[in-house]
Amino acid sequence: MAKGTLYNKVWDSHAVEKLPTGQTQLFIGLHLIHEVTSPQAFDMIAEKGLKVAFPDRTFATVDHIVPTKSQARPFEDAEAEQMMGAIESNVKKFGVPFFDFKSGNQGIVHIIGPEMGLTQPGMTIACGDSHTSTHGAFGTLAFGIGTTQVRDVLATQCLAMDELKVRRINVNGKLNPGVYAKDVTLYIIQKLGVKGGIGYAYEYGGTAFDAMTMEERMTVCNMAIEGGARVGYVNPDQTTFDYLKGRKYAPGADKWNKAVTYWKSMASEKDAEFDDVVNFNAADIEPVVTWGITPDQSVGVNAKLPSVNSFSADEVKTVELAYKHMDLKPGQAIKGTPIDVAFIGSCTNGRISDLREAAKVAKGRKVSKSVRAFVVPGSQQVKAQAEKEGLDKIFSEAGFEWRAAGCSMCLAMNPDKLKGHEISASSSNRNFIGRQGSKEGRTMLMSPAMVVAAAVAGTVSDVRDLMKTS
Amino acid sequence: MNKINQIEGKAVPVEGNDIDTDRIIPARYLKEITFTNMGKYPFYDERFDAQGKPKGHPFDLPQFAGSNILLVNQNFGCGSSREHAPQSLMRWGIKAVIGESFAEIFAGNCTMLGIPTATVSQAEMARLQALAKEKPQTKFLLDLDKKVLFSEGKEHLKFDIHESKRNALVNGTWDSTSLLLANAPKTSAVAGKLPYVSGF
Repeated sequence: MAKGTLYNKVWDSHAVEKLPTGQTQLFIGLHLIHEVTSPQAFDMIAEKGLKVAFPDRTFATVDHIVPTKSQARPFEDAEAEQMMGAIESNVKKFGVPFFDFKSGNQGIVHIIGPEMGLTQPGMTIACGDSHTSTHGAFGTLAFGIGTTQVRDVLATQCLAMDELKVRRINVNGKLNPGVYAKDVTLYIIQKLGVKGGIGYAYEYGGTAFDAMTMEERMTVCNMAIEGGARVGYVNPDQTTFDYLKGRKYAPGADKWNKAVTYWKSMASEKDAEFDDVVNFNAADIEPVVTWGITPDQSVGVNAKLPSVNSFSADEVKTVELAYKHMDLKPGQAIKGTPIDVAFIGSCTNGRISDLREAAKVAKGRKVSKSVRAFVVPGSQQVKAQAEKEGLDKIFSEAGFEWRAAGCSMCLAMNPDKLKGHEISASSSNRNFIGRQGSKEGRTMLMSPAMVVAAAVAGTVSDVRDLMKTS
Repeated sequence: MNKINQIEGKAVPVEGNDIDTDRIIPARYLKEITFTNMGKYPFYDERFDAQGKPKGHPFDLPQFAGSNILLVNQNFGCGSSREHAPQSLMRWGIKAVIGESFAEIFAGNCTMLGIPTATVSQAEMARLQALAKEKPQTKFLLDLDKKVLFSEGKEHLKFDIHESKRNALVNGTWDSTSLLLANAPKTSAVAGKLPYVSGF
């Protein structure tokens, strides 16, 4: 097993007891909840007559079902309205802080945690959402959990967990212009596969990660789960501390030095031992586009789609299903594939830096007439900041709809959906069959800048070609 | 809490690698605020056409009616952490899942519901799925104490299952709240030692 890693240190400092099952009872430092996976959990604790054990370490928001066009209440969708009512009544009943529309801090749970400084190095974090791995960017162990586990955290602030192995993933060197954190994470998944991370926590490092902003690190950690790793993290460093300083829930000036000393002490040791180490070169990474139905079915934007027999025998069925569903053929170029919808947003790429990069490409250009395009900021704060910078105008002038904060068409639990056989260029995280709200709908994942390039051309394009001429 | 030592019944194969939880239960059904109706929805979009007519998915074939052991391939349950996925399988009638491998959050969610996730090799699963298809009336018995799958009373194969998950099931401690609550004083002590909890 790994030794001296951040994973080991955080695990050991949060271990309460070895359980009779062999699992470890792990204290959870921050519990984030949202409307979709919490109502049943609240019902379960109410039924047992239990309270929320640590209401001051529990924070709630709404993101999955909220409409992004009109947020007037009651919502048009009666089920969404009922779900909204459930979380409103539960947070009141159990005394949980709630970031609702009125707060100015509502947004996708994995965007608002870091944004408000709730997410801090050395913590354990849990949320009833698989993309909780996002918070690992700060050097936390952040677990996506199911509703019955949400119940456990509400009732006890603990989880019964099995220890993971730790794989160190180094990406060294400098990313080429037009290549983003999204491409790095898609590239890693392409190389290690969607099952490669089962049983592992991923520790990301190397000079490419050292150079990344916090928002870029969040994009990579967000998709650790897509590679099968429940947890992904980056060791905290000066970039992390600079990001946190001054945020609402971050330690104040009087506590700052103590906090930084503690955070530094939680990073992996120089001589830490890992269960596995993998190395990649940043220079090898091109803008990546997925062509299939799992996030590892992807190619560089200038590559041709792989032949079926280039896959191992046990992958052939999935590959054939992918080609059939996507209506694409082996050997064809991904570049030039027509798109119907362009979506920018999600917990992967709905932060301010994502919108800035997308706006740079959109500025002075027009979305193709054949494309329905929209931008969904990840939080109310991101929306406000973008509007302050005039990004909303750039997007609107280019022909993108500018929306309110939420998960939107990443998982299509709100009115934002693909129709029929439509195909999207999407900055989200999953290209699963039916994911974006239509069972015949199709998704190609890529960076926000690449989504803009596709929206403008009406077909999958290499954003670097636009960057040369802008 | 029930001890779960053995599960006996017929098996239904659902073939394919990387069957994600969006395929097991489409997100639109997650808008319900209880799990009560989830048994109607497993694999919904793969089972029914636009008019709601069955398309011939194993869950709707008469020979598999009443099955309670699900046979799957690699990385079953990947993607979203939605517990609605195992809830929908359980409420449809599934009591155990045997596969080549499972996504971790899904397997953890199954254990919390008392559903074992047993693993076998690719070759063994191919044979098992073939047997279930050829002789759907075959009676299987999944024995968690012996880690053996029996068919028609005879030992068929040995399976693996994560030891802590097996312990939780056979000892009846898979519903973990009471285990965790029992250590409440120690939880407060651990929390108190964490600098970020005490405010640095």
